[in-house]
Amino acid sequence: MTQSFPEGRLPAPFLAAGSSSFSEFVARLSPDLLPSSCTPLAPGAADSVPHGTTIVAATFADGVMMAGDRRATMGNIIAQRDIEKVHPADEYSCVGIAGTAGLAVEIVRLFQAELEHYEKIEGTTLSLDGKANRLATLIRGNLAMAMQGLAVVPLFAGYDLETGAGRIFSYDVTGGRYEEHSFHAVGSGSLFARGSLKKLYRDALTETECITATIQALYDAADDDSATGGPDLTRRIFPVVIVVTDDGFRRVPDEDIAAIADSVIDARMGRPDGPAAPLT
Amino acid sequence: MTIPFYVSPEQQMKDRADYARKGIARGRSVVSIQYADGILLVAENSSRALHKISEIYDRIAFAAVGRYNEFENLRIAGVRLADLRGYSYDRRDVTGRGLANAYAQTLGAIFSSGGEKPYEVEIFVAEVGDAPADDTLYRLTYDGSVADEHRFAVMGGSADKATAHLEEHYAEAMSQDEALALAVAALAAEGEGATAREVPSDQIEAAILDRTRAQQRKFKRLSESAVTRVLSSGG
Repeated sequence: MTQSFPEGRLPAPFLAAGSSSFSEFVARLSPDLLPSSCTPLAPGAADSVPHGTTIVAATFADGVMMAGDRRATMGNIIAQRDIEKVHPADEYSCVGIAGTAGLAVEIVRLFQAELEHYEKIEGTTLSLDGKANRLATLIRGNLAMAMQGLAVVPLFAGYDLETGAGRIFSYDVTGGRYEEHSFHAVGSGSLFARGSLKKLYRDALTETECITATIQALYDAADDDSATGGPDLTRRIFPVVIVVTDDGFRRVPDEDIAAIADSVIDARMGRPDGPAAPLT
Repeated sequence: MTIPFYVSPEQQMKDRADYARKGIARGRSVVSIQYADGILLVAENSSRALHKISEIYDRIAFAAVGRYNEFENLRIAGVRLADLRGYSYDRRDVTGRGLANAYAQTLGAIFSSGGEKPYEVEIFVAEVGDAPADDTLYRLTYDGSVADEHRFAVMGGSADKATAHLEEHYAEAMSQDEALALAVAALAAEGEGATAREVPSDQIEAAILDRTRAQQRKFKRLSESAVTRVLSSGG
């Protein structure tokens, strides 16, 4: 804590009554800290920054889960093999972001700070819809960057303590917020992942079955989309999976994911296109 | 032409200090105790909704006595400062010392400025470390002075009697339950004469900074039922 204030005491915005929003406070005090304060790039420069790719989310009997592959790409180059794109937002929700990786990470940090800040100031947590709306506002703040090719597209999932069920929200770059049912995917491989989940998803899956379905979906996304990373068998890098239930969020241990990924790969040795769904 | 009364600076400061002290003495006390796993904060508070003890950041808690709107203002400023620091640097860069300094500067500036009335508050800033030796507890008064407290501290109301009780009964490395029972006994010792008054357990607000907690955020409020259980077991 080395930052000092010229007045010698906390400046007026600190002591001002009213807002319990962290981002509004930062915008008033030092707007340069916000991700939306970036200087726009030259046209066509968007390919020279890392992009994150596919995120899937699905509800199951006890709540909701979210999984993301580990690849970040920069044009045709793989920028990072083990990036983490799925993060807890607070105790009962998680957020995964596809799009420009640098901005995505900053928006996740801001969103986490926003939720924790509200909780501490108000002494109570936001409702799940409240959290989803806050994220919409943060994404809308990035609209100017999105128009330059630096889009950030999140997927938000959480356990609604009032209804006792997992819920999923998707967004567009203008901050439009849409509630999804059962499952959803965002990012470059999302079309393939969603198609895969359509055939695999059933109501009332158990946790392990649901993790398996999301890993199958990410495998299918990686199969057909060059920007999505499949399971890396030599380096043992597997998707990040976060499960949110009424016990709060939990990141599924890497060993468990590795075991499920290995069984998925074993089955695909026999049938590379994955499990076959019945015709009728 | 009217000539303004001359008031010496000494008298002016003394008047302001008396004013603040009187306001603080009207309220009930807050006790802070170091125990084996962290720091316990206990207040006597008849309100369930308006807290005297709150979380500031991962390892930092805030407790206050005095005028509610003034310490609530400072609490929010503290949360804003800590979250801003944690966001612009890193979570580990948010320290109790930095927060205590910011509060000291602010309270000091308000106390000595002619334009504002002094704040009628006293504040604890507690920070739990990795080991008991790393725990810190700062006590700030209305004029911005800071004291570095050890083992235990009391502020507000009739803090003297509670302090005397703690001096007599405090032991190193107590369990959480023992510390809670001792803190409540210290608050009860404020009663007139030798007889301690009764402090109902539904008027106890208690929270801990527990270094053994798995989460990053070490602050935890103790529920009314947990407090009742400890107090009724005669601990």
